Amino acid sequence: MEYVLELNGIHKEYGENVVLDEVSLNIKPGEIYALLGENGAGKSTLMNILFGMTVIHETGGYQGEIKVAGEEVHFTKPNDALKAGIGMVHQEFMLIPGFDIVENIKLGREDTTPTILSRIFGKNLERLNREKMVEDSRKSLDAIGLSIEEHVRVAGLPVGYMQFVEIAREIDKENIKLLVFDEPTAVLTESEADQLLSIMKTIASKGIAIIFITHRLLEVMEVADRMTVLRDGQVVASKAIADTSVTEIAEMMVGRKVADIAVVEGEAAARDSAPVVVKVDNLRVEMPGERVRGASFDIHEGEIFGIGGLAGQGKVGIANGFAGLYSSSGEVEIFGEKLNLSKLGDALRKGVAFVSEDRRGVGLLLEESISHNIMFRAMTVKRSFLRRYGPLRMLHSKRMRRHAKEMIKTLDIRCYSRRQKVGTLSGGNQQKVCLAAALTMNPRLLIVSEPTRGIDIGAKELILNYLTKLRKEEGLTIIMISSELAELRSICDRIAIISEGKVSDILLPNAPDADFGLAMSAVVKKG
Amino acid sequence: MADKIMQYKISILLVVVSLIFFALGFATASTMSRLLWHMILLAGLVAGLAAALTGPESTKDFVRRNKVVILFAAITVFAFLNANTSPELFFSELFTRFGRNTFIVLSLLIPVVAGLGLNFGIVIGAMSAQVAIFLAIVFGGVGFWGLMLAVIIATPLAMLLGYSVGRLFNGMKGSEMIGGMIAGIFYDGFYQFLFLWVFGGLIPLAMLFPNTAPRMMVGDGGVGVVSTIDLGQTPNYFRQAFDNVPMLSILQVMFFAMLAFVVIGIIINLAKKQDFKQGLLKPMVVLAVLAVGFGLSFIPDINTFLNQPRLAGIYALRLVFIVTVLMVVYRYVMARREGKPFNIPKHVFYLVLATAVLAFTLPADYSLVLRRVQIAVLPYMMVGGLCFGITWFLKTKLGQNMRTVGHNRAVATAAGINVNRTRIIAMMMSTVLASWGQIIFMQNIGLMTTYGGHQQVGFYAIAALLVGGATVSKASVKHAILGVFLFHAMFILAPPASIQLTGSAGIGEYSRVIAGNAVIALALIMHVWTRVKKTKKDKAKPPEAPPAAASEPAAEPAS
Repeated sequence: MEYVLELNGIHKEYGENVVLDEVSLNIKPGEIYALLGENGAGKSTLMNILFGMTVIHETGGYQGEIKVAGEEVHFTKPNDALKAGIGMVHQEFMLIPGFDIVENIKLGREDTTPTILSRIFGKNLERLNREKMVEDSRKSLDAIGLSIEEHVRVAGLPVGYMQFVEIAREIDKENIKLLVFDEPTAVLTESEADQLLSIMKTIASKGIAIIFITHRLLEVMEVADRMTVLRDGQVVASKAIADTSVTEIAEMMVGRKVADIAVVEGEAAARDSAPVVVKVDNLRVEMPGERVRGASFDIHEGEIFGIGGLAGQGKVGIANGFAGLYSSSGEVEIFGEKLNLSKLGDALRKGVAFVSEDRRGVGLLLEESISHNIMFRAMTVKRSFLRRYGPLRMLHSKRMRRHAKEMIKTLDIRCYSRRQKVGTLSGGNQQKVCLAAALTMNPRLLIVSEPTRGIDIGAKELILNYLTKLRKEEGLTIIMISSELAELRSICDRIAIISEGKVSDILLPNAPDADFGLAMSAVVKKG
Repeated sequence: MADKIMQYKISILLVVVSLIFFALGFATASTMSRLLWHMILLAGLVAGLAAALTGPESTKDFVRRNKVVILFAAITVFAFLNANTSPELFFSELFTRFGRNTFIVLSLLIPVVAGLGLNFGIVIGAMSAQVAIFLAIVFGGVGFWGLMLAVIIATPLAMLLGYSVGRLFNGMKGSEMIGGMIAGIFYDGFYQFLFLWVFGGLIPLAMLFPNTAPRMMVGDGGVGVVSTIDLGQTPNYFRQAFDNVPMLSILQVMFFAMLAFVVIGIIINLAKKQDFKQGLLKPMVVLAVLAVGFGLSFIPDINTFLNQPRLAGIYALRLVFIVTVLMVVYRYVMARREGKPFNIPKHVFYLVLATAVLAFTLPADYSLVLRRVQIAVLPYMMVGGLCFGITWFLKTKLGQNMRTVGHNRAVATAAGINVNRTRIIAMMMSTVLASWGQIIFMQNIGLMTTYGGHQQVGFYAIAALLVGGATVSKASVKHAILGVFLFHAMFILAPPASIQLTGSAGIGEYSRVIAGNAVIALALIMHVWTRVKKTKKDKAKPPEAPPAAASEPAAEPAS
């Protein structure tokens, strides 16, 4: 049987990093093909290559060969892929709420009839042929079994229907051969997701191939015919769904050597007997893209509590909810005190220091010196490093100098002066400044969000070691949020995996790979 | 039944209130105040019917949706009651202002649709118009064709400048309004430089064009162009050269143009072996109507009538009535022929509206007023043509692209639309239309203030559009027309009303400035207020909206 899409030996590097290493897969017409893997496994890069996104060409192109229906192709812009019959159903809706369904389905491909002016000035002045547009849209809507009126405005439709309108739009395109569904069920309710899956089957039965990118393994088991698991840019396995199981897929997604796992015998018992100092009950945070929908967990004193999970599932939202950066609800109790989540800075005043994942946006004043960055929060919140002159407060430069020097030394911040602007430091050193600023607050609870994102290995190691040291020597309670599971497993005492805004499981670092995979894929649901 | 009444209570309320005003109208004697009450009655009826047509709506929603218009209508009524001016004066002034200002206000619509906000850059179009008028005089243009020469010079200039502003706006997406203002100031510098030194200084125009240029130049060793140019002066006669085109000429030109169009269309269709009716049915109907008019123009009395360039208000209103009736009949016939549904309530609404307008021509004192109101036909036809043109344009492929870009640039890009190009085209169209609008304005005024004539153009046009209920993201022909009437009514009434109210004669001009500025500020504040409320409401309601909300009629951004 001829394949509708063949990828042979796709290889892609961003600078020094190999993000895709000899990836090959092929898809038959009418097949639902699942593409699985953690964040950063290379799924999006692969799709970017397939769609000829400009980012690929700006970074030096790719090696390998792509064949659509047996012919080799080289897409250099997204339109090329669309012309070749490859469509994408986006995770974020590419719809215009103010337009009706017909206009959305026909967006950019409106049917027109010539006018006098169009004969003079070109096709752009042709009049829209509304009748033909309505007729075509009706056909596509019927094809996916959607009985909704075609002239209804998209604004106000339930989320699921918007997704279906997107699908109808892709199907409406002539010669559509392959449809990519990128996390289509992430925003849907359960019944909508079921409906979507059945629509996918209907489409596939018409001979259109589907690439299904998702983290929900149960859905994969339900609809997909075959699947490929990517990990660190390599194909781990390509199998027919019938030959595999959820557990096996989960294991393949996560599986990697864990260099040293932090669990030391006996420590676990000691920790469990330590008092609970952080109680989180039904926390909800309205952070766009990282919504938390009712997370609950307890943390013991002196513990490094890891929070992991895939991007967009809400792990980052938890930290931001604590800090009061987004509107949130639920109960958070820290050392017996309730946090007022609606009050910005309340957490800071109650001894919670937060190292944001957005260090250039939230964490640092890039145009200010290292010394100020380390101390400005302590100055405003705790009024330390200040000297009083009657009603005025002035900087206490001597104390500041001493503290800055000390911090620069302990954290090994590479700079020529403590007055250097933070914006000129490297990512790793900026992160160290953030950490120093957090520690200057003398926190009882330290929250570090994605502390190793975008920094070099040396700085990474130093930061992780320093966190461990803080716990051991000062008994500081730490929450560490990270996308890097290996990193969490190397220093945390316990790891909560967040899926769909809730805690899906709390695991020990030495739990089997499959458990982590399953928890991330929302197969197991707890709490 | 009770349910029905509740559903349409806003309409019923409007009609009842306006009837009360109508009754009040009989208690007062003066033509002016009676007229006002009758107009309120008319407005109430229209608004009531319109509200009933747009479907059931709560009073609160209706008021919220139209709050800007309601507020300014109330201010206008208040000014009207206190102005103590004569109706003849007021209405002839109002209709003159409408004829000269509306075109430039309409030039603002396309950028709003394309998501560029209110285009303060139309000032640049106005500048190119003034350069073009100046050059047309220098080149010896006379009368109507001299003005057409100005149009021909202004168009490429405005296109070029519009392109440059479009490029600028593409580099500062989201801040186009402030960008337009600054670009206006920037080009104003160039403009001043051009008139102060380049014309007459660098280029010795007085020597090159000794017949035309010297009278516009500063004499006695000075350099540059004089600060006011009289367009009515010999030998140019630009003043009201558009206003003074007789109706007969317009009718003849339209008839022959349409005839040529239909004939060429038939030839093309025959050559292509197509059914000759294809696409030509509507033009042929128009031709038939024009032919009737053309034929009638040979009757001496009608010929004399048509030879005037201006139409008395009373005839205009009667004409509006006849045209409306004809249009409704035509649409009904077409709908029956093609078996399409015919929207009865909408057309009944048109007929009622036309009849109500006609009713104003009946009482003796009103018809006296209406005879004094003279409407310049060609500028009005230009405005009408532009209204239809914009509506038509928005239903073309390019128009749809602009609406898409206006709604969401990312989605438009994903749909294969060249966003930057579309935005530049929108800016070019707007700038060109603004330059034509400024030429219409200037020829009506008849006096060109060389160094300041363009500066307030953007400001007043935008104020007028906002008064009509438009916002930064939504504006239509309807808003523009309503806005020009309301804003300029306020503009005429502000000085006499404030003099009456304060008893001090010096305050008149200030009140205009205050009114104009306050309008923009107030309209923008109300817009922001609505938006803030809306975001709060959106936050409060659950993310999954009920599908019932989707059944509300699609409100076109401009129709």
